[in-house]
Amino acid sequence: MSVQQARPAARAGAPVAHAGPKRRRGWRYAGTVALFLLPSLVPLTLYTLIPMAGSFWTSLHEWDLITDMRWVGLGNYAELVGDPDTQAAFLHTLYFIAGYLPLVYVGGLGLAVLLNRAMPARGLLRGVYFLPVITSWVVVALMWKWLLNPASGIVNWALGLVGVSGPGWWTDPDWAMPSIILASAWKDLGFVMIILLAGLQAIPREYQEAAMVDGATAWRRFRHITLPLLSPSTFFVVVISLINGFQVFDQVQIMTGGGPGGATQVVVSQIYDLTFRYGRAGAASALSWLLFALVLLVTIVQIRGQKRWVTYG
Amino acid sequence: MGRVLRYLLVGVGALVMLFPFGWAVITSITPSDAVLAVPPDFTPDGASLDAYGRLLETLPFWRIVLNSAWIGAASTTLQLVTSAMAAYAFARLPFPGRGGLFAVYLATLMMPLPVLVVPLFIEMRAFNLVDTYFALLAPTIASAFGVFLLRQAINQVPREFDEAAVLDGAGHFRIFLYVVLPLIRPALATFAIFGFMASWNSYLWPLIIIKSPEFMTLPLGLATLHGQFTTQWDVVMAGSVVSVVPILILYVFAQKHVIASVAQSGLK
Repeated sequence: MSVQQARPAARAGAPVAHAGPKRRRGWRYAGTVALFLLPSLVPLTLYTLIPMAGSFWTSLHEWDLITDMRWVGLGNYAELVGDPDTQAAFLHTLYFIAGYLPLVYVGGLGLAVLLNRAMPARGLLRGVYFLPVITSWVVVALMWKWLLNPASGIVNWALGLVGVSGPGWWTDPDWAMPSIILASAWKDLGFVMIILLAGLQAIPREYQEAAMVDGATAWRRFRHITLPLLSPSTFFVVVISLINGFQVFDQVQIMTGGGPGGATQVVVSQIYDLTFRYGRAGAASALSWLLFALVLLVTIVQIRGQKRWVTYG
Repeated sequence: MGRVLRYLLVGVGALVMLFPFGWAVITSITPSDAVLAVPPDFTPDGASLDAYGRLLETLPFWRIVLNSAWIGAASTTLQLVTSAMAAYAFARLPFPGRGGLFAVYLATLMMPLPVLVVPLFIEMRAFNLVDTYFALLAPTIASAFGVFLLRQAINQVPREFDEAAVLDGAGHFRIFLYVVLPLIRPALATFAIFGFMASWNSYLWPLIIIKSPEFMTLPLGLATLHGQFTTQWDVVMAGSVVSVVPILILYVFAQKHVIASVAQSGLK
């Protein structure tokens, strides 16, 4: 509380404030700065910056991780762009996103709207919906693989009760990706709900009340007040979901390992297989940079395009 | 919308969220010869903890749980220390090139893990560190995200507080320890919770760098178990239950705080 109250004062006194530690320069000061920075700068350099550079360098070579590297310039990139397996991996990733994002957004929005109004045990319910978010992907994927087991799974048993013959889920090339999408939406529903709930609670009640006085129906109020005012939260959910969606891996690896018959081979699975199955570290590195470039591009386009549909205030 | 319908929807949804966990528990105590039975038995006869026993025989399971716990604790502690110190430098210690260096930190945040894992593996291999605790821990010592989050928090601390300490003769270390750190405790807690969860649940990096069961963490151990015994669902579910329980306990205590910080920061 005291921090909050002191903030305006801090701003007013800012010029004076800098007169303190800032003026003490020299070797002693440089030593202090180094002491504070190095504990993170050294590991960051060793385990992030150097690998980044190394990844780019590797992407310009053909390398099986054992024999000497062979320089191929941009050859890996050129090859990947025309490679059917790479194209398929990008398509599968897009398929995942196209199924996952609408499902998790509509579900999360529905839940957020339902839970935005007072009801008994609301906190507990929120906690329950959030539970899969904190559970590890490996556990979630294993639980769903078991639920969706074609022969002995409880989902197909339940479908059988209502006279539906359940599909082969993750064993069927046509149903493997939907299985992964289902498990992923189930896991992230609570995350989207919490973000949208925070957005909903920031919308002043007066807006809804004024529209009610004007005789607007519940649907029109939702469509013309709630949705536009929720657009910053929606924007955030879409940006984060796309960044994560392009990197989908854990659940694919556990549930299908990219199969059956390559039907769920996504970009990161392809990077993994190129490196550790086909011994093509150079191509794998090039593919990871292509993925990064795509994610960056999509994110920039969204940030540029947000003026068209995102309403602030 | 009718109140009844609203409660019904929310209630059914909550059941859909809880059911897979419940079913994992039931499967884990079902006798192994009845696991694949159709129709499934919700109250299995002869329920036993047999699957948990076999879990311990198949993998050095306690060791794997212990690995996850200490790696999680170590990685969280290291990240807290290194990030808080760097955050203090970026917020309170002006030096030439500070803006540029901070931009470098932020840029690493955008690197997807897949870009890093292959060269990181090669780097670890070059130093003979494949299949060691060190390799598991090393990439998590520094966290650019933590530096970003904690710097935001430190910027909220009024500079008058520092100055008062300076007048009392305190140097930067004492200001950092006794003035700044106590005031950013909520941000430290948020970061600690997410750091621990990230480590506890991490899969891709352990999958690449760890081969021996004795260095495995839980997600990798579970995945290995699944790879070995595709049909032994009771054992796999027993392992899943064991790996969810600790994070569940942490969650029950920190739930309000976790949800509030997700809502604010958009982390998960």
